[in-house]
Amino acid sequence: MSKNPMLLEVSGVSVTFDGFRAINNLSFQIASAELRAVIGPNGAGKTTMMDIITGKTRPDTGKITYGRPGKNLLKMSESAIARIGIGRKFQRPTVFENQSVFDNLVMALKKNRSPLDVAFYRRSQEDIKKVEDLAAEIGLTEQLHRMSGELSHGQKQWLEIGMLLAQDPKLLLVDEPAAGMTPEEREKTTDILRKAAKTRAVVVVEHDMEFVRRLNCRVTVLHEGSVLAEGSIDHVTKDQSVIDVYLGR
Amino acid sequence: MQNTFLIRRQSVLVFIGLLALFTIGATLLSEGLGIGLVSTSFVKTLGKTLCLCLVALAMDLVWGYCGILSLGHFAFFGLGGYMIGMWLMYARTEQIVINSLANASLPPTPDELSDAIGTQIFGVVGGSDIPAVWTFAHSLPLQLALVVLVPGILALVFGWLAFRSRVTGVYLSILTQAMTLALALYLFQNDSGLRGNNGLSGLQNIPGAAAVSQDLISIWFLWASAFALGLGYLFAVWLVSGKFGSVIRAIRDDETRVRYLGYSVEAYKLVVFVITAVIAAIAGALYYPQAGIINPAEIAPIASIYLAVWVAIGGRGRLYGAVVGAASVSLISSWFTSGQVPDLPLGFYTVKWVDWWLVLLGFGFVLVTLYAPQGLGGLFDRLVRRQNP
Repeated sequence: MSKNPMLLEVSGVSVTFDGFRAINNLSFQIASAELRAVIGPNGAGKTTMMDIITGKTRPDTGKITYGRPGKNLLKMSESAIARIGIGRKFQRPTVFENQSVFDNLVMALKKNRSPLDVAFYRRSQEDIKKVEDLAAEIGLTEQLHRMSGELSHGQKQWLEIGMLLAQDPKLLLVDEPAAGMTPEEREKTTDILRKAAKTRAVVVVEHDMEFVRRLNCRVTVLHEGSVLAEGSIDHVTKDQSVIDVYLGR
Repeated sequence: MQNTFLIRRQSVLVFIGLLALFTIGATLLSEGLGIGLVSTSFVKTLGKTLCLCLVALAMDLVWGYCGILSLGHFAFFGLGGYMIGMWLMYARTEQIVINSLANASLPPTPDELSDAIGTQIFGVVGGSDIPAVWTFAHSLPLQLALVVLVPGILALVFGWLAFRSRVTGVYLSILTQAMTLALALYLFQNDSGLRGNNGLSGLQNIPGAAAVSQDLISIWFLWASAFALGLGYLFAVWLVSGKFGSVIRAIRDDETRVRYLGYSVEAYKLVVFVITAVIAAIAGALYYPQAGIINPAEIAPIASIYLAVWVAIGGRGRLYGAVVGAASVSLISSWFTSGQVPDLPLGFYTVKWVDWWLVLLGFGFVLVTLYAPQGLGGLFDRLVRRQNP
């Protein structure tokens, strides 16, 4: 672990919605180059956890630090958090359907994002090359100039992952990437994520145990807004409390 | 990719070409410089229509591309008109006062001069002091700067407050309506310093050009309006065809997602809001000298709603659609309301178009919404696509 320093530290975070404790004293850490799966039954707080990290929801108490030296994420806006290297993929694929795959990727490329810089942006050969490489990585070379709205469900998911990779984030939060995919598409998605996790931290929220097993990584089990168990997939699936609240049902 | 850019560039050439042809044609047929087939008042109508096209272009940028349904952009249009109107009225009145006092035995003191101008302009609202807002009215360059600055700063402050609080959708539309209503009500007051409900008048008389006939002045303004529209169109095409256009269309479609891409959505909205407010103001500054008069009724909430209707009928999200919508609807509107259309006797009732035109417009709007949700521009696009599949 010493060679793999901590990237994200969540400590003692709680959030309440109208009296309901969605997140209850949640603490966990993610290392700089790590693939982590987060599982848990519906309402365990998985999406709320992502909302808090990405700045959409402000917690009532707790601390989240990111990077070295640790930055306090709780004081930053969503867009600022995205700019310092935290990318997020939503549950349903959200790509800009009225624009081409190319334009979607160009928008996501890590570049200065101020309105003035963007207005005078001219795409360089280097950027075009980057976009083409990304398209090859997510298997959308053929579709590069098609409208994103014309893509299949699985292709949209990949495009969104590609847009995340284009941002070159240090931490990738991925919400149910395999939902609605065919078995072959799942396999390819697993490959893309595992490859991405070699150079950065990737957190995958998933329902599907089979998919998590294939990711072959450390697993965090959430229940009622806090960590129930953490460890390898075999470890957590043998844990009696995990079996009781989640797997046993 | 390459292809769509070429098509867009071609369409720009077509647009500029048609605009130039129209302007030259109108000039050749005018009373001022041509064979006199087109009356001066109609040349003014055409010039005003070009200004309305320009403000519709701004509306298309802010609504059609960035998804902000502003129902207050006519406030900026009106403010632009007021700012230029102040100079027109002050400078001309000053000239008249100086001429009338030229025969006095003693040359007038600055105080007497200012008092005489004040009485001339503000007599109608029972005052003779020149209000502080007229401080720069003597200077054309300063007042031209205000044409841009006053609406620009209003849009900046309003937009900053609204977007920072993440006001979107119908709530933002209502807020913009409130803004234009509040501004209109304020200007209606006599002590607003802008002559209350009298507004500013005589704006068709250009100071220092008293010897030039209106026939010729109407042509000047037609050309100036056409030039502004052409420039505005080029600017809008440039803005929306690059990455900036990509980002604002993305904001229109899913602003949350854009935020997670690291773009500060509020900053983009603010930039588009302010830019379009300034374009609207420039359009207004060219419009009101042709109209001759501006009063607070011009920026009543309904005016901004008409603007949205023009863009919707023309087809939003395609710049020429806004121009087509504004030109066709406003020209047809001025035809119907001018009393030139013969009444329609139905025996039991006579349809007077001056009154019934709004019903017709409403009906047209419903038809467009139902059968051509992409507007006239959408119909045109479908036609082009059918011919070059």
